[in-house]
Amino acid sequence: MSRPRSASVVLALLRAQLRLELRTFESLPAMCLFSVTAFLLFHFGLDVDSLSGNLASGVLWVTLLLAALLAINRVYVADAEQGGFDAFVLSPAERSTLLLAKTLVLLIYLAAVELVAVPAFAILLLEPSLWQAMPSLLGALVLGNIGIAVIGALVGALAVRTQARDLLGPLVSLPLLVPVLLGVARWTAPLFDAPRANAVALRWPLVLALYDAVFGLIAFALFDFLLED
Amino acid sequence: MYGKGLRPLSLITAASVALTLAAALFWAPNDAYLGFLQKIFYVHVPLAILTLCGFVAAGLMAIAHLRTRDPRWDMRSYVAIHISLIFGVAVLITGSIWARGAWGHWWVWNDPTLVSFLLVMLLYATYQPLRFAIEDPERQARYASVFAITAGAFVPVNFAIVRLAPAYVHPRTLSNISGNLPGRMQVVFYLALLSITLLWITLWRFEMTAKHVAAQIRQLRRLMGEETDEAPLRRSAAPSLTHVGSVS
Repeated sequence: MSRPRSASVVLALLRAQLRLELRTFESLPAMCLFSVTAFLLFHFGLDVDSLSGNLASGVLWVTLLLAALLAINRVYVADAEQGGFDAFVLSPAERSTLLLAKTLVLLIYLAAVELVAVPAFAILLLEPSLWQAMPSLLGALVLGNIGIAVIGALVGALAVRTQARDLLGPLVSLPLLVPVLLGVARWTAPLFDAPRANAVALRWPLVLALYDAVFGLIAFALFDFLLED
Repeated sequence: MYGKGLRPLSLITAASVALTLAAALFWAPNDAYLGFLQKIFYVHVPLAILTLCGFVAAGLMAIAHLRTRDPRWDMRSYVAIHISLIFGVAVLITGSIWARGAWGHWWVWNDPTLVSFLLVMLLYATYQPLRFAIEDPERQARYASVFAITAGAFVPVNFAIVRLAPAYVHPRTLSNISGNLPGRMQVVFYLALLSITLLWITLWRFEMTAKHVAAQIRQLRRLMGEETDEAPLRRSAAPSLTHVGSVS
């Protein structure tokens, strides 16, 4: 049997995972609900009606990061419990296609959640207008999401076949995600300042891109070893 | 095999640690600003350097494990992380004491070195729980190596990124040393670095020897057909060499 083209394998895996999500709605609604609830928690916990600057940026990104953990914990569960891993390993497909497919799935989930969470954040908590921050915020969302998705796809696979997967997933991925949080939060903080500072440091986009690239390579190099039995 | 030469190594290490302590306490001058408290620097900084180098070394050993599939490399990587974790706790404690003396607080957030070190420690604190949560020894070793490589790469990257955050209060040790540390302090610092390195290696060799001997004894018992009254091997975070064909 000839080896199938990687792109078509990735597409098939992606379609399967999205269909599963559309049938069960395990992750996405929970993530959206969690984000809005977290904004409420911050409102009551911090006792503020509106946020700007550092605090706004931190609240938004911590919420998105914690919402992402919900997906990272669940994204491989069907493969581990229903024999998806075994079937995939028996197929002639390249192993790293699974990593790529799961990364894309996480990216799609994150984008979908942000479609709900970012407007909700702007309405509920953000003091300055969202529109002026938009172009740079989109950039931060893209680079931040890539980092979260890559690390999530690797750590999710590492944690899913252990006996404490719900604990180990967050415990291992959060320290690895702190540099991502640092990058995006520092990047977007000036965007949320009430009198807007115009200069956006080029440093944080570069740092994020580099971090995403480094962990992308690490995940790509190591993923095969997680699938060997 | 790991026990060979362990006694002279231990003696050299003990002598060098004693010499370092004597030199740091009695020979090196007191710091003009911090006074006697500055002596903790000779313990704290080398311990921190060794902790981080140990983590990176464990990552390299894990690469060797994934390449060769020799479980002994997994054992080496495990022991390296174990020793470095212990050193790391000592770093956090000595660092806190130093911070309290120098800056008046037990913990300072605006210092990138301190924060990244804590982050690295929090990441490595999950290494043993991860191992413990996997029962199959072969898969445990493989997953642990994947973790050790990822985390080993995270160590330098994390330090570079957190340092970009603007505030600096931590003394930049290595640049200070070439810059403005007086001669005697410099000598004592390098002496301390050498003896802590020796200490790390000695402890690593001791633990490797202990694990090896335990595996050999278990194998000999099995060869003698002796039914051991030990309970069947418990689930364990530590790698065991029982699934190796022959223990050399």
